[in-house]
Amino acid sequence: MKLSFSAADEQFREEIAGWLRDNLCGEFEEIRFRGGPGDEHMYVEERKAWEARMHRGGWTCIGWPREYGGRAASIEQQVIFNEEYARAGGPGRMGHIGETLTGPTLIAFGSQEQKQRYLPGILRGEELWCQGYSEPNAGSDLANVKTRARFDEDSQQWQISGQKVWTSLAHESQYCFVLARTDPDSVGHKGLGFFLVAMDQPGVEVRPIEQLTGTSEFNEVFFDEAVCSAQDIVGLPGEGWKVAMGLLGFERGVSTLGQQMLFQNEFDEIIRVARENGAAQDPAIRQRIADAHVGLRIMRFNSMRMLSGGGDDGSLQKEAMIYKLYWATWHRNLGKLAMDILGAESEILDAGPYELNRLQSMYLFTRSDTIYGGTNQIQRNIIAERALGMPREPRG
Amino acid sequence: MEFRFTEEQEMIRDTAQAFLAEVSTSEAVRAAMATESGYDLDLWQRICDQMYWQAIHIPEQYGGMGLGYVELVAMLEQMGRYLLCSPFYATVCLAANSLLLAADEAQKTDYLAQIVAGSTGTLAYTGMSGRWDAAAVEATCEPSGDGYLINGSYRFVPDGHTADILVVAARLPGSEGEQGISLFVLPAETAGISRQWLPTMDQTRKQAQLVCDQVHVPSSALMGEAGNAWPQLSKIIDLAAVAIAADQVGGAQQSLDITLAYLQERVQFGRVIASYQAVKHKAADMMLKAEAGRSAIYYAACVADEVLTGGPMAAELPEAASIAKAYCSDAYFFNAGCGIQLHGGVGFTAEYDIQLYFKRAKSTETFLGNAAYHRERLARQLLDGEVAA
Ligand SMILES: Cc1cc2nc3c(=O)[nH]c(=O)nc-3n(C[C@H](O)[C@H](O)[C@H](O)COP(=O)(O)OP(=O)(O)OC[C@H]3O[C@@H](n4cnc5c(N)ncnc54)[C@H](O)[C@@H]3O)c2cc1C
Repeated sequence: MKLSFSAADEQFREEIAGWLRDNLCGEFEEIRFRGGPGDEHMYVEERKAWEARMHRGGWTCIGWPREYGGRAASIEQQVIFNEEYARAGGPGRMGHIGETLTGPTLIAFGSQEQKQRYLPGILRGEELWCQGYSEPNAGSDLANVKTRARFDEDSQQWQISGQKVWTSLAHESQYCFVLARTDPDSVGHKGLGFFLVAMDQPGVEVRPIEQLTGTSEFNEVFFDEAVCSAQDIVGLPGEGWKVAMGLLGFERGVSTLGQQMLFQNEFDEIIRVARENGAAQDPAIRQRIADAHVGLRIMRFNSMRMLSGGGDDGSLQKEAMIYKLYWATWHRNLGKLAMDILGAESEILDAGPYELNRLQSMYLFTRSDTIYGGTNQIQRNIIAERALGMPREPRG
Repeated sequence: MEFRFTEEQEMIRDTAQAFLAEVSTSEAVRAAMATESGYDLDLWQRICDQMYWQAIHIPEQYGGMGLGYVELVAMLEQMGRYLLCSPFYATVCLAANSLLLAADEAQKTDYLAQIVAGSTGTLAYTGMSGRWDAAAVEATCEPSGDGYLINGSYRFVPDGHTADILVVAARLPGSEGEQGISLFVLPAETAGISRQWLPTMDQTRKQAQLVCDQVHVPSSALMGEAGNAWPQLSKIIDLAAVAIAADQVGGAQQSLDITLAYLQERVQFGRVIASYQAVKHKAADMMLKAEAGRSAIYYAACVADEVLTGGPMAAELPEAASIAKAYCSDAYFFNAGCGIQLHGGVGFTAEYDIQLYFKRAKSTETFLGNAAYHRERLARQLLDGEVAA
């Protein structure tokens, strides 16, 4: 075991840290530490400008291969990048779905044409993507999607009809990747296709959903014969599930380390408050703060193991399956701890009608951590069945 | 960054696993734990002569194998898994570590050679109070003639009744806390020391009470500087905490594994109970605890390694040790407790092994401070320092 980074990696750290010092200032000062989870609706235009600045510096999509405009950064370098970015208070990345989900999926499964057409827009931070998986009747049971994709022989285009729900940032996105049924008679994970659909067209309607935070990061998206060219299906009709699952694999990659640095920022803020308001003297609170610290440090050790231990193809080992359940539960507990430390003040908002401060917003948002991306219950099913080899759930 | 075992380390772990699966069976554990010494002498000799485990991290210049703390932790994890009853922990993780961190050359040359040759040892520092910090040191030492006079009692001393070599902590009369503490190394047979086995709830790890009554030791027994040993002793305790946490992870994993095996064969309502979701989800939580605990001890092992060999991470020892001990104590107890529950009635019998894990979970949790103790230690570091400007 070796925990230190190489000299070359440390030099890379200097490089990104220096670049952030020189660029994340001036006009961008106000968006430092903003736009993260729970705050994604804020400073949208400024953050788009920031994406363009990042691109000019060559700091978008650094993990992509060079031929697609990336830096082919090693895992270590991506870890370093994410750490330094969060440490510097880099704003929530507008382009994260494209960079971490769409891009890797197209690089792995897409056609040459699709790569040429879509990767540059993601790289430049100009074209934003959203994820069209969940539907009213397909949540945990994702294979139950009903949205249909019909190939229209006259126009030689796909026509997509149906409804997606909980689609994060659909209202800001130019494109959506949509999981839809190509074979109307199929059930389950057979007969699905994976489509790249433009949002700006008559057949697509986005309706924001108000969340318990009072804000609207996610939406309902209605497709009514929305068109999608014959070239914009990834893989063949019927292969959609394979592509969709491949993408979920990318969801659990290195970006988690940047997430931890955001957690660290929140944790530091909580400690600051506890010391200021005296909660740090309360023995019960002290125990919980220390427990959160233990949990966060181990989260980092977990991901270091996960990133060192996978196969050469980027696949993860069994123990990586605990990752989502672990961080989501930890973060949810942190939210509650923050409110308990604030005490009576936790109820008082920054302003009316419903302006939450950073910790209040974090607290409310953590209730979604254990739901999206596979609920805690689904994670436990996955661990029990795939890692521990226990019998599968009966299916209806 | 390579946060995983090298091939050589995997081999060491696998060899330990295979050996222990053969020698530390349920029958062997039960036979050993029923004795007052708590271990099978033949097996200990085999471990020393054939496996050479007692020498694993002792540097080659003292006759050891010169491997690191990561290798040691990999083996301890397997010992916890198989509930090994042996003086290994006390000898290697208490006595040998004390010598490595606090002894002078002459003491190292003498005592480490004895350990390599199969002598056992332990560390006695805790008095009657049940504390684990510096205030735990109650025994006193005073200069006397050309040496020192040690008086006082020690409780909760692992394998204290059987060890050949003792490292003991004592303080100058009237001193308090971290001040005035000295360490000595001496043969257990030194005149004035009486040792008594303490029957324990967890019978796989033996404890003893030691009384020093006017024990005279020569000045050559003093380790380091008189009255200034706390920096060394605190490191020794932290290294010991990392080591016991490794035992806990092994136990937490095995609690899951034996429970899983039972769940897969026990049938109720016409199907194996492993197919019930309430049961599956508990098992998933148990896996999470074992894996997270493993991450904690591997990290702490890397830190401990730099404490012994030098390196920038050495300064992290108190934190890494408390993280590992806090998490793994809770994890082991959780897994063993769930293990009993998921076994149903047979989990409450003496016959099934899960009870042995449940008891070792509690004894290792208590030893060197439970999770709450270590969390408070972390809280002091996080919350009580100067506020940064
Ligand atoms: C903030 C947020 C953002 C999101 N963003 C997106 C997005 O951008 N794109 C997208 O496609 N989706 C998104 N989602 C949707 C998310 O993936 C789903 O909410 C999630 O998969 C759960 O599905 P569901 O809401 O239909 O709940 P259900 O599946 O109906 O679950 C309800 C409850 O039943 C439990 N349950 C269900 N099945 C089982 C089972 N087999 N065993 C045990 N318990 C079970 C669940 O754990 C849960 O507690 C988002 C959700 C949230 C909260």
